[in-house]
Amino acid sequence: MSAAGMTVETPDVLVVGAGPAGLAAADAARNAGARVVLLDAAGDAGGQYWRHLPAERPAANERILHHGWDRFTALRGQEILTDAQVWLAERHDDRPPTLHVLVGPADGRDRVPRTFAPKALVLATGAYERTLPFPGWDLPGVFTAGAAQALAKSERVAVGRRVLVAGAGPFLLPVASSLIRTGAEVVGVLEANGWPRLGRGWSRRPTELLATRHKTGELAGYVRDLARHRIPYRAATAVVAAHGAGQVSSVTVARLDPRWAPIPGTSRDISVDAVCVSHGFVPRVELAVSAGCGLDAYGAVVTDHDGRTTVPGVYAAGEITGIGGADLALAEGVVAGLAAAGATASDAQRRSLSENQRFAARLEAAHGIRPGWVGWLGDDTTVCRCEEVTAGDLRAGAAATGSRGLRSLRLSTRAGLGVCQGRVCGRTVEELLHRHTGGLLDPGRTEQRPLAAFVRLGELAAAEEQEHS
Amino acid sequence: METQYDPVRPGETSPITIIVDGTPVRGLNGQTVAGVLMGAGRLAWRTTRNGRPRGVFCGIGVCHDCLVAVNGLSDVRACQRRAADGDSISTEAQA
Ligand SMILES: Cc1cc2nc3c(=O)[nH]c(=O)nc-3n(C[C@H](O)[C@H](O)[C@H](O)COP(=O)(O)OP(=O)(O)OC[C@H]3O[C@@H](n4cnc5c(N)ncnc54)[C@H](O)[C@@H]3O)c2cc1C
Ligand code: FES
Repeated sequence: MSAAGMTVETPDVLVVGAGPAGLAAADAARNAGARVVLLDAAGDAGGQYWRHLPAERPAANERILHHGWDRFTALRGQEILTDAQVWLAERHDDRPPTLHVLVGPADGRDRVPRTFAPKALVLATGAYERTLPFPGWDLPGVFTAGAAQALAKSERVAVGRRVLVAGAGPFLLPVASSLIRTGAEVVGVLEANGWPRLGRGWSRRPTELLATRHKTGELAGYVRDLARHRIPYRAATAVVAAHGAGQVSSVTVARLDPRWAPIPGTSRDISVDAVCVSHGFVPRVELAVSAGCGLDAYGAVVTDHDGRTTVPGVYAAGEITGIGGADLALAEGVVAGLAAAGATASDAQRRSLSENQRFAARLEAAHGIRPGWVGWLGDDTTVCRCEEVTAGDLRAGAAATGSRGLRSLRLSTRAGLGVCQGRVCGRTVEELLHRHTGGLLDPGRTEQRPLAAFVRLGELAAAEEQEHS
Repeated sequence: METQYDPVRPGETSPITIIVDGTPVRGLNGQTVAGVLMGAGRLAWRTTRNGRPRGVFCGIGVCHDCLVAVNGLSDVRACQRRAADGDSISTEAQA
């Protein structure tokens, strides 16, 4: 890292991710007087929450697809390095890692390498969706709910004409709303959990609803949207199969028991040309893991009250520290940004943090994945989409080798070894193997990925050359 | 959706044309390759080793289901890459 050709940039604070958490963190750190670099792999700021039409096509009425749009327009005025993919975090135990970044069009060949050795690092890399497999989920026309959201918000493309939205969690509601506003007919929203669990999770402590009234108001707006368009919302119901030749033409839905096991005799078919499915979110922790940060039992980065991780100088904020929505991400961003800049958050700022965290706990209580879902898997259901490994292959692999090692079972079945690196199926593969082996000896290993993003060998070589020239 | 009926009221943008396996496909400046393909009604454009069709799944750059070749460079995520007028897209032989 010595060579003359390559400059290593040393900002006071480097923030990775320009979603709600990263935008708030960078803004707070700048206001505290730090020299800040804020970067994001996407072509535009906003993260998953504030996805919007690009600058080439600015919308007059963008705000109808968003909450907190004014907060976003205020935050996005700051300097942001976009199209900047962090692909490697080089670990140092006593200080933040050195980050290697490629700047240019996504997956391009001639991106410009940059290297940062920041005094403090804020990781705000967000989350991606978890979608449980079901027969036919690899047919075109089956999307994650986030894909429907992304295509609606940044492209104004509806994923289908007759669309079913299914899975678990409040996220299904904004997806249905944006689909309606993009011209699709939403035939229903299916929530896997039954009313008793939803009721317990959401209203055990009514005062907490007041504390997070902003979020609750947002949800109420989506519920009104459903009512106005007469879209049925069904609890304790799931999509258990998708059918079609080459693309989806119908789905089978069934009632679920409280453990999410399909109840025999309750299934029926619905004709649709698209289905959007989401069962929750997985924190995007590969950079944090490379940096050496500790994770909790849910695979989220462990932080203290100031957003400090277990590695000196490394902070984390937003969904990467646990799933709690955009308000929590913003609040955590402010606290982590201040701390990274050497300032401290006020008590009021910290209090809003813990209020929001209670929201996250209720989310898990009401909507967390329950084990009965494996009841809708067939032996020939694809689990790993990249390598096309089925549920039966996983069972057979565990039986044949007698191994209880995740690593060795992944190597022998090839599950999670494809181009997505187990980001889509990793948790599911771990859960299924856990059952088949009576307990894995090394769970959680799927999150360990040496590279945070796909990079071309040519680009790697070019980056090396520049470093050593 | 059609701009004149869109409640979001997108601003004026220029049309672009990309060439997909030799056939021109029209889209709008600012869209991704996946957005152009889906806007033109295509749901799938790749087949797996086992011959199964694939298009967009995650839409946010995670799953790699949507890979295409752009101007001869393979393994580009269509949902992440902005389409440029005249881009030549090939859907053959993706990983
Ligand atoms: C697909 C999807 C859609 C969602 N839509 C909604 C919605 O409509 N409403 C809602 O209430 N909640 C939505 N959520 C939940 C949402 O994630 C949070 O509410 C909020 O966006 C979290 O903010 P964040 O700042 O923590 O992360 P994000 O908003 O996810 O921002 C993280 C940013 O980090 C960047 N990044 C990640 N890794 C790297 C890297 N290696 N190099 C460079 N940049 C990187 C990403 O490009 C991204 O912009 C969605 C989540 C997902 C996954
Ligand atoms: S659709 Fe998943 S990476 Fe493009």
